[in-house]
Amino acid sequence: MKPRRFRHLFTAAVAAFVLAGCAGAPALLVPPERGNGDLGLVIERESGSLGVLDTTARQRIGTIEGLGDLSHASVVYGRDGARAYVFGRDGALTKVNLRTGRIEGRVQQAGNSIGGAISQDGTLVVAQNYKPGGIKVFNADTLALVADIPAVVDGKPSRVVGLADLPGNRFIYSLFDAGQIWIADLADPAGPVLTKFENVGKEPYDALVTPDGRTYIAGLFGEDGLAKIDLWANPPKVERILNGYGRGQQPLPVFKMPHLRGWAVAGRTAWLPAIGRHEVLVVNTDTWQEVARIPVAGQPVFVMARPDGRQVWVNFAVPDYDTVQVIDTQTRRIVHSLKPGKAVLHMEFTPRGEAVWISSRDAGHVTVVDTATFRTLAVLPAHSPSGIFFSSRAARMGL
Amino acid sequence: MVRQDCGSCHGLRLTGGLGPPLTRDVMAAQPLDSLVSVIFNGRPGTPMPGWKSMISEGDAVWIARQLQAGFPAEPSASQAAR
Repeated sequence: MKPRRFRHLFTAAVAAFVLAGCAGAPALLVPPERGNGDLGLVIERESGSLGVLDTTARQRIGTIEGLGDLSHASVVYGRDGARAYVFGRDGALTKVNLRTGRIEGRVQQAGNSIGGAISQDGTLVVAQNYKPGGIKVFNADTLALVADIPAVVDGKPSRVVGLADLPGNRFIYSLFDAGQIWIADLADPAGPVLTKFENVGKEPYDALVTPDGRTYIAGLFGEDGLAKIDLWANPPKVERILNGYGRGQQPLPVFKMPHLRGWAVAGRTAWLPAIGRHEVLVVNTDTWQEVARIPVAGQPVFVMARPDGRQVWVNFAVPDYDTVQVIDTQTRRIVHSLKPGKAVLHMEFTPRGEAVWISSRDAGHVTVVDTATFRTLAVLPAHSPSGIFFSSRAARMGL
Repeated sequence: MVRQDCGSCHGLRLTGGLGPPLTRDVMAAQPLDSLVSVIFNGRPGTPMPGWKSMISEGDAVWIARQLQAGFPAEPSASQAAR
């Protein structure tokens, strides 16, 4: 009797100790034995929070809160795929850890910001700002300010858009107000070297860099056309492509600016949203001539290629923002239309493209769709979701 | 609708973005008629589109008045979170 009672007491004490220990240790969203290759984040723009995603289980595994105004927020990943840098509209830069679900650092770096990029070697994080117009460079580890580069032309500050990383710890970006493209070489972060391209066209509104880091393309809002720079040319210079693609036609109102960062390249063609027309433009990437235009359901916002380039997925500005269309790049025909929920804001492919995750802001969910059968694989709750960013971006240039 | 669809250029909190801020101070300094016209017809030469395909002129007047009065505060983060 006596020993057994003692044993019970002992067991209870051990249990209490273990429970107390668990409560004291930080809970992990991702267990230690797992890697980071299949994680992701979804921005919850109104509540200033992030949903942490598992793209293999197709589940939401946690929430990170306290990030401020996340309208138009975007994310870049550190090389380990576990740490992400979130650029908020309100100018805050927040470093989060997807494994722990914790905020590891946060700086209020500007009044109004639109996104950012991370350097090739992962040591520098750069924010592009509307107010004050320019870029700011931070130590990726500590978030200490390394360089502040105002985008001032003729005494006037310009809003910065279309920021992308280039090889050699360089960054390229466009000046919306000044109509220029700048490259900041941060090989020596303490002494940035700037290269400026002037008169690139009116109102560059967003831009992209090709996955090889060779070509930078800025969309122009104020003109029918795009500005292209071949960064491997010596010296690089700006060329106009698709000049006058809407000539002679009254442009339709643009209720939301297209985004170019979803860069759609499929074989030898690039697929781009037209401004002020309900069309996707197809360009030959050898000649940079237009080869086709595909009529679509509305003003395209994101035109994104599945990683293999076989399909291009398109979403639209209000009032057509409940629709997503899929173009087969071989036949250049729309092969599928779906309505995953009201106000589709973003799409993100899994690393090898078997599924696409689509955020529907007003429907309050993220839909996971099989890209071969177009079947819905999962619907996950999210509060006003916008951008979706998978950790596989850590390994890609220009994202 | 105003917060979301205007917000894509002017910010969810209407504090500005690619489009200028639509805060109360800025809006109250503008004549009502010109605000209504900009909302309804757009501002040629700028990215601001006219919204007449989606809203009535009465809607535009209502939005302009709301902006001048200061748009109602958004639900707080704690309410919105869950």
